[in-house]
Amino acid sequence: MNPHRKRAKTVDRVDSADSALVSSESTQMRPFPSKPLSVDRVKSVESSESGRMRPFKDKILFVDRVDSVESSESSRTSQFSDKISGFDRADSVEARVDSAGSTRMSRFPDEVLERVLALVDSHKDRSAVSLVCKEWYNAERWSRRHVFIGNCYSVSPEIVAARFPRIRSVTLKGKPRFSDFNLVPEDWGADVQPWLSVFSTAYPFLEELRLKRMAVTDESLEFLAKKFHGFKALSLLSCDGFSTDGLKAIATHCKNLTELDIQENGIDDLGGHWLSCFPDSLTSLEILNFASLNSEVSFDALEKLVSRCKSLRVLKVNRNISLDQLQKLLSHCPQLMELGTGTFMQELISGPVTEFKNMFSNCRNLITLSGLWDATPLYLPVIYPACARLTFLNLSYATLRSDELSNLLSHCKSLRRLWLLDTVGDKGLEAVGSCCPLLEELRVFPADPFDQEILLGVTESGFVSVSRGCPKLRYVLYFCRQMTNAAVATIAQNCPDFTHFRLCIMNPGQPDYLTKEPMDEAFGAIVKTCTKLQRLAISGLLTDRTFEYIGKYAKNLETLSVAFAGSSDLGMEYVLQGCQKLRKLEIRDCPFGNAALLSGLTKYESMRSLWMSACNVTMNACRVLAKERPRLNVEVMRDEEGGDDSQANKVYVYRTVAGPRKDAPPFVLTL
Amino acid sequence: MATEGLGLDITELRLGLPGVGEAKREKKRVFLDILGGGSEADPSDDTGGGGDGKNRNIGVVVGWPPVCSYRKRAIIKMYVKVSMDGAPFLRKIDINGFKGYSDFVRALENLFGLGDECEYTPIYEDKDGDWMLVGDVPWEMFTETCKRLRMKKRVSDGGLQTKA
Repeated sequence: MNPHRKRAKTVDRVDSADSALVSSESTQMRPFPSKPLSVDRVKSVESSESGRMRPFKDKILFVDRVDSVESSESSRTSQFSDKISGFDRADSVEARVDSAGSTRMSRFPDEVLERVLALVDSHKDRSAVSLVCKEWYNAERWSRRHVFIGNCYSVSPEIVAARFPRIRSVTLKGKPRFSDFNLVPEDWGADVQPWLSVFSTAYPFLEELRLKRMAVTDESLEFLAKKFHGFKALSLLSCDGFSTDGLKAIATHCKNLTELDIQENGIDDLGGHWLSCFPDSLTSLEILNFASLNSEVSFDALEKLVSRCKSLRVLKVNRNISLDQLQKLLSHCPQLMELGTGTFMQELISGPVTEFKNMFSNCRNLITLSGLWDATPLYLPVIYPACARLTFLNLSYATLRSDELSNLLSHCKSLRRLWLLDTVGDKGLEAVGSCCPLLEELRVFPADPFDQEILLGVTESGFVSVSRGCPKLRYVLYFCRQMTNAAVATIAQNCPDFTHFRLCIMNPGQPDYLTKEPMDEAFGAIVKTCTKLQRLAISGLLTDRTFEYIGKYAKNLETLSVAFAGSSDLGMEYVLQGCQKLRKLEIRDCPFGNAALLSGLTKYESMRSLWMSACNVTMNACRVLAKERPRLNVEVMRDEEGGDDSQANKVYVYRTVAGPRKDAPPFVLTL
Repeated sequence: MATEGLGLDITELRLGLPGVGEAKREKKRVFLDILGGGSEADPSDDTGGGGDGKNRNIGVVVGWPPVCSYRKRAIIKMYVKVSMDGAPFLRKIDINGFKGYSDFVRALENLFGLGDECEYTPIYEDKDGDWMLVGDVPWEMFTETCKRLRMKKRVSDGGLQTKA
């Protein structure tokens, strides 16, 4: 095996704390596998403290790690989904592909390898591929077209551009998730402009940009529109800092625009004129979503736009579009696959309701329906002809009652995903259970989250009904005001395939309302039964026992959200010790202190991030963590009023190869 | 009623700056109550700590329940009534149309044609039926808990006129 031995020295190997991997006897040293895609997994690093780090550690790239976007299906089914060490090859960023025969592991020419790898979409798969050997690393980086960056501060745009020369599509996420609930002050950061500036030179042919929780200004949108001539798709989710003027720039300058998807942003709505900025020559639009904008657009401009964009498949209009207008629009685009309606009621009926009834009959491709603002029993039947084909129905802005929902759902046999308001009540959920046997995802949102009135909304009974009728459920988000351990245990038995279980008992620290006991057994049942669980959000009165269960059983858990729970440091320690695949941990208002924080010292680098707010962590402990782990950014957000300076009220810890933030505002302390 | 366990500070009428001092301690207190203990619990409180949480003022806790801002604004399209001491009619205002207190208070003053030399201070009734001074709690919390408003006339010593 002499040639192999020689190669062990010249071919760069994946970093590993386990030195056996580096030796020539390593099991990784095998001839090129017959099936390039069934690469053996690289052994994952346990911790970096072993001191066996290679010299390239300061250029480690985390970009590949943990890359699957929540909605990406392919990564779930990937064969390579085991956790891989984040210590990518960094030295070969500048290296050229070495064509000298003696150092090549692969018998395939690079062009062939690149062609094959071009078919690999999932980020996790690509991460695995890049870790095999130097040739594969290079082939992978040259063939990658889409990069996913789950935390914009984990890497810098320069590093990304240096490693991946041919990117056409970028997904970028910024602020910690709890910023959705006002826990992160404004001006925290996550500005997209530094990224755009680098991309304008590195990726002038960039086509797609998907941003989540980023700070975006009108100037940045204008920059994007003007500098990237082939730009096609823009998606903004939960971003803030821009106005409709920025949208004007996009509409005006992006000649090849196929997608404009604006969702749930903190946008300054200055009027609907932006839509009129699309030139008459623009016919390429496939996705247009402006449902969350409040101002009225010119219906004439919209109608003309929809008529000339023959490839339009997603159209989500805002509340100002009336039923009449919707009917006109649909007559121009019967090929639609996804529709978000405007307001679904009219003060004055212009034609008989039956006239409206036909507007959906021609939409034979419609599989997703949303909007339905103000939908009333009078007009809901209009959508019945389309219901049988629907796979996703979003009624989370329609204040339906149980009978209205029941009537509607009796037509929706094919539903896979359903979003509701809790106005439908337990009775409405019974209808879900009886009508939708194929249901995989259910989200029930509170219509009035701050109302104490316990008679409104849904209870444990509704959830149990759904679980009985929908055994294929894998994703649930459920807001309620009462729950019992027994009910959740039943639900777990009925639906063992949960991958996402997010239960929000809206009153903090509320026990099982029948037994008055903590809700520990409920979540215990979930983690014991649902072995595929990837995401968990817990609530109610919870002791350390819940966390003991989670640490012991939730071996596939990647995301955990905790609020008002636990009794001591042990709780957090159980989770950090037991959940091998944990990537994101967000905690608020729990009695976890320094010991808990520091128990994860060796773990945080294998995670994307940790958030702890209103816990018992001190600045000193944060300083210790920062000192021991230079590859983590340990950030503390200061409260304006001062308060106790030794307490760290909001802590955000994340791994990074980009070093401390250079753009941190004064209230963010990087330790 | 809902303020038991939280101390009476929460309904204290003050003329201080919004958000000064209380928020952090309130959060801690809520949390300790939930766990059923804590030396800060009011001894005269007969609901005790944790257990049945029916009477808790959820509105005290920032960012809970975890419903994102967009959804909160979209669902609660709320016009609240505004009355003014001495005025024979009420007005209505959409709280969700404002980004913060300064815009909002200015709009309130405009509603009644009050100028800069404003003799009136806005107070509001929250979900528990208590009258609070506008400006104490974070803006988001205010939009969620405000049920109606009143413009109270100031008296000569700078306090508020307490006669109805």
